[in-house]
Amino acid sequence: MTDVTVKIDGQDVTVPEGTLVIRAAEEAGIEIPRFCDHPLLAPVGACRQCLVDIPDAGNGRGFPKPQASCTIPVAEGMVVETQNTTAVKAQQGIMEFLLVNHPLDCPVCDKGGECPLQNQAMSHGQGETRFEGTKRTFPKPINLSPNVLLDRERCIVCQRCTRFAAEIPGDPGIALIQRGAQQQIGIAEDKPFSSYFSGNVIQICPVGALTSDDYRFRARPFDLVSTPGVAEHDACGAAIRIDHRRGKVMRRLAGNDPEVNEEWISDKDRFGFRYAVRDRLTSPMIRENGELRPASWLEAVAVAAQGLAGAGSVGVLPGGRLTLEDAKAYAAFARDTLRTPHLDFRSRPLSEEETGFLRSRVAGTTVTYADLDAADHVVLVGLEPEDEAGTLFLRLRKANRAGLRITTLSPYASEGSRKLGAQVVLTAPGAEKDALSQVSGVTEASVILVGERLATSPGAYSAAAELADRTGARLAWVPRRAGDRGAVEADLLPGENGLDAEAMVRAGLDALVIAGVDPDDTADPAAFLAALDQAGFVVSLEQRVTAVTERADVVLPVATASEKAGTFVTWEGRRRPFEKVFDKPAAYSDAEVLGHITAELSLVGPESAGVADETVVSSPTTTDSAATTTDSAGFRLATWRLMLDNGTLQSGDKALAATARPAFVRIPAALHAELGDVVTITGDRGSWTLPALPAEMADSTVWVPTNSFGRGVWADLASPGSTVTVEGAQ
Amino acid sequence: MTDTLTPVLTANWGDERAWTLPAYAATGGYDALDVALGMAPEDVQTMVKDSGLRGRGGAGFPTGVKWGFLPPPDPENPKPRYLVVNADESEPGTCKDIPLMMASPHTLVEGVIISSYAIRAERAFIYVRGEVLHVVRRLRAAVREAYEAGHLGTNIHGSGYDLELVVHAGAGAYICGEETALLDSLEGRRGQPRLRPPFPAVAGLYASPTVINNAESIASVPAIVKNGADWFAGMGTEKSAGVGIFSLSGHVKRPGQYEAPLGITLRTLIDLAGGIREGHELKFWTPGGSSTPLFTQEHLDVTLDFEGVAAAGSMLGTRALQIFDDSVCVVRAVLRWTEFYKHESCGKCTPCREGTWWLVQVLERLEKGQGSPEDLDLLLDQCDNILGRSFCALGDGATSPITSSIQYFRDEYLAHLEQGGCPFDAKKSTAWAEAVQ
Repeated sequence: MTDVTVKIDGQDVTVPEGTLVIRAAEEAGIEIPRFCDHPLLAPVGACRQCLVDIPDAGNGRGFPKPQASCTIPVAEGMVVETQNTTAVKAQQGIMEFLLVNHPLDCPVCDKGGECPLQNQAMSHGQGETRFEGTKRTFPKPINLSPNVLLDRERCIVCQRCTRFAAEIPGDPGIALIQRGAQQQIGIAEDKPFSSYFSGNVIQICPVGALTSDDYRFRARPFDLVSTPGVAEHDACGAAIRIDHRRGKVMRRLAGNDPEVNEEWISDKDRFGFRYAVRDRLTSPMIRENGELRPASWLEAVAVAAQGLAGAGSVGVLPGGRLTLEDAKAYAAFARDTLRTPHLDFRSRPLSEEETGFLRSRVAGTTVTYADLDAADHVVLVGLEPEDEAGTLFLRLRKANRAGLRITTLSPYASEGSRKLGAQVVLTAPGAEKDALSQVSGVTEASVILVGERLATSPGAYSAAAELADRTGARLAWVPRRAGDRGAVEADLLPGENGLDAEAMVRAGLDALVIAGVDPDDTADPAAFLAALDQAGFVVSLEQRVTAVTERADVVLPVATASEKAGTFVTWEGRRRPFEKVFDKPAAYSDAEVLGHITAELSLVGPESAGVADETVVSSPTTTDSAATTTDSAGFRLATWRLMLDNGTLQSGDKALAATARPAFVRIPAALHAELGDVVTITGDRGSWTLPALPAEMADSTVWVPTNSFGRGVWADLASPGSTVTVEGAQ
Repeated sequence: MTDTLTPVLTANWGDERAWTLPAYAATGGYDALDVALGMAPEDVQTMVKDSGLRGRGGAGFPTGVKWGFLPPPDPENPKPRYLVVNADESEPGTCKDIPLMMASPHTLVEGVIISSYAIRAERAFIYVRGEVLHVVRRLRAAVREAYEAGHLGTNIHGSGYDLELVVHAGAGAYICGEETALLDSLEGRRGQPRLRPPFPAVAGLYASPTVINNAESIASVPAIVKNGADWFAGMGTEKSAGVGIFSLSGHVKRPGQYEAPLGITLRTLIDLAGGIREGHELKFWTPGGSSTPLFTQEHLDVTLDFEGVAAAGSMLGTRALQIFDDSVCVVRAVLRWTEFYKHESCGKCTPCREGTWWLVQVLERLEKGQGSPEDLDLLLDQCDNILGRSFCALGDGATSPITSSIQYFRDEYLAHLEQGGCPFDAKKSTAWAEAVQ
């Protein structure tokens, strides 16, 4: 692309052809006031605040009228004046108009102090208004969604929110209604604005018109301390800004990282933070006479060390939410301190095939968001980005709108796939291996993205690797949790003769060290809980009371992401370091707690600690076998987690929960026509009667959200890879 | 000869059931279509260009030149081309397209067929103002007749040319007369003006190459094809060729549509309309609808062509001549117009949306005699901040009556302040004023 040089306020600026004048001015450090303009949204030219004088359009002739610099591209030789009499008169005139109907209630407005309208009225306005009339009024506020509220009096109808919704997540649902001064943002009757990314409209609102139920009236921006952070809810590594006051998080905002999340985050990243203050463990506990009692750190660490030293075989299950630093500490703790090979971060259905895949095809590799933009074709397998990786979803959607071809191997044609413009290859769970061998149009410029669900689909990981090898395409693994990739990098996987997480559950080890694992997430929750009961000694490193801490012999509270510094590794392999937000005296990271135990163990006598018991039989993991021995009359069970569900890290965020999409079972349209809107699904672990929607689905498949009902699919309905029966509800 | 009427479009309006196909055919209707179909499309385009026909919707852009902006047919990009007729006549005072479509809808339909053929469009739309249901019905009946007679549909008159014509009724928004807002509305979206570029000729309706013309422009095409470019160019002035419908309304004895060559004067037209109401004198008038700056007595001899009106400080616009005699309070008239603009502002851009809201309040104050002389300067400055700052020309139009009325009638504004109210009796300007007395 060729460069052009323009003169802005007397300064020569050279920018690529096609650059908008307002962007070129930014390059020169000249700020033109603006409201509707947003660099990540298509130009609209609605607010007219960015008017400038262009005495020479590059052809020797000037524009007779001031021009909106947000819609006019630069031209070679163009002369732009942003601060001459014409421009200033135009800008001041527009600012005065904008304030005609604005309530000027800045002293009680949430946006006051960080408001583009307030700030630019001061910098580019006249100071005094000449308007002496009646302002238009509206009842206020009104709900656009359970969490997003609209004050129509403050709104300057710049359309940033409606454009965001339509362009970025593809969730139109808010739109302009009425006209003239009555023009306002509205929703259809009984159809609240529904988007996993709705909070972004609040952040980009240039006035205080959009507020969240979650944050409104809770703080003033100038009372908040801001700390940059990294979102802990998925493996995307979205940059966030944590605004806090007196040791409490008041809100979280999207950070600006053009390489990762640009300026957008999911609602979960924005509103999901109260888990860190609910049901927290406040002190170490030890079990005495069958009951847990609070203990000092010294005592608890000593008891933990003694228990582990005395155990014959120890398994370590550190979960997938660790920082890279903590993950490395667990690796060292298991291998060097306990000298046990029984180590596995996976707290969900897994397979031996996956263990090999993670070591050989994931660890140490890099595929970036930018690689997706540059790709000619992206193939998704076992991955629903809209639910499981919000930032990835937005980046893929953006790339698709710029022409990227996307193919998804999915059990049903989801709304998310439609928004991605993806070609859906209907693929029953378990059939991914065969489907992958038939995907066409994959070249060395393509990217294959595989999700962790493929662990329950025999041969799928290998088929993806084979496809990549055959075509030269790049391959990346997109897990769900923020610490999953870091755990792979730290090799938190079974060592030589080591047991994987599922084998550990079956093996009956003497002692277990468990951190951040919810038994209901595992392939066999009942077996997991039984293993805890059977184990002679259980050490639990946890943030809050869980089914594990209730069964543990020693409970050691650990810091949440905001209470420690650390690094998350994104699905790309990108390191995302973050700093500590709160410096709390007794909040120790997992690594620090492990350090204390290690120190104590060296006193107790390391020679006795954690030598792998020869009696442990390393039986192969058989998760897959269920799928091969099913009743052919049943339906294959497809499942993944909705972004907003019963997840632990969402607990306590009521406003967020209220925006969750209603959870439905998806069944083939023909079956829906037969059975109706409510069905009873029965699997080998239980039965659920749930509302169902028809969908374009793979043959003989039903889809159930993993963790939206009861204790979740694995605990209450069926085992991974199994089949279920579906009947009409009585 | 600019002082006589030249009925072309209006020639058959008085005929018995002029709106029916038999009546239209009896006057040689659809003959021009055969002429056009016998020519190459490019030659029809050239003919219209040579005729000097300029857009009759107000802006006066040469119609043939506009057609020439369509990108040449590209086999690589087989996007359809569309002809869209703007019949969303909503400007206060403008009253030409609606009577035309009411009296002789086939004139427009024939024009659409010939114009579509000229630009190689196979689908055309007439976007009619939604409130005029009677016109919509009449137009649809005409289109049905045309289909039945083989003037529309496939293989028209055996030429191999196909055309589908859709009559679309708007939902009642002034903004949808703005061509890009019209396109959005036609596509089923909210009618608000689009950002340009891309221009409609490149990416218009459904992002395809589109020509949008005013109804009167398109209705003029059959006569041009039938009588030749020279015939049309021979009328009017050098730069404003041809004839046009002048709509006289207000305080003349015989208001109505007078079709005359461009370049006629109001003095002549008022004579044709029987003069100003008995016992009164002309006070002010609009040359082209409420969006064009007002004229007064002193402009009676301004030639009503694009150049003549512009030179006198206004715009020919839609030739909507609203005549106000000396019984009318200009402040009151301007306030009513401004209320219209406030009501019809689409809301997209700040100056039009907020500016008209504010202008009305200042004018209301002045009309009640409650303002101050400084309010006139405030009004002018508000208008200055709207004119040329709004997204589309509708915001500009809202300022015309205000700035021009203050220019010519500043004393009348001040009289309101001096008297603490309006010095006029509004009843005296009504059509039934005589009866009341």
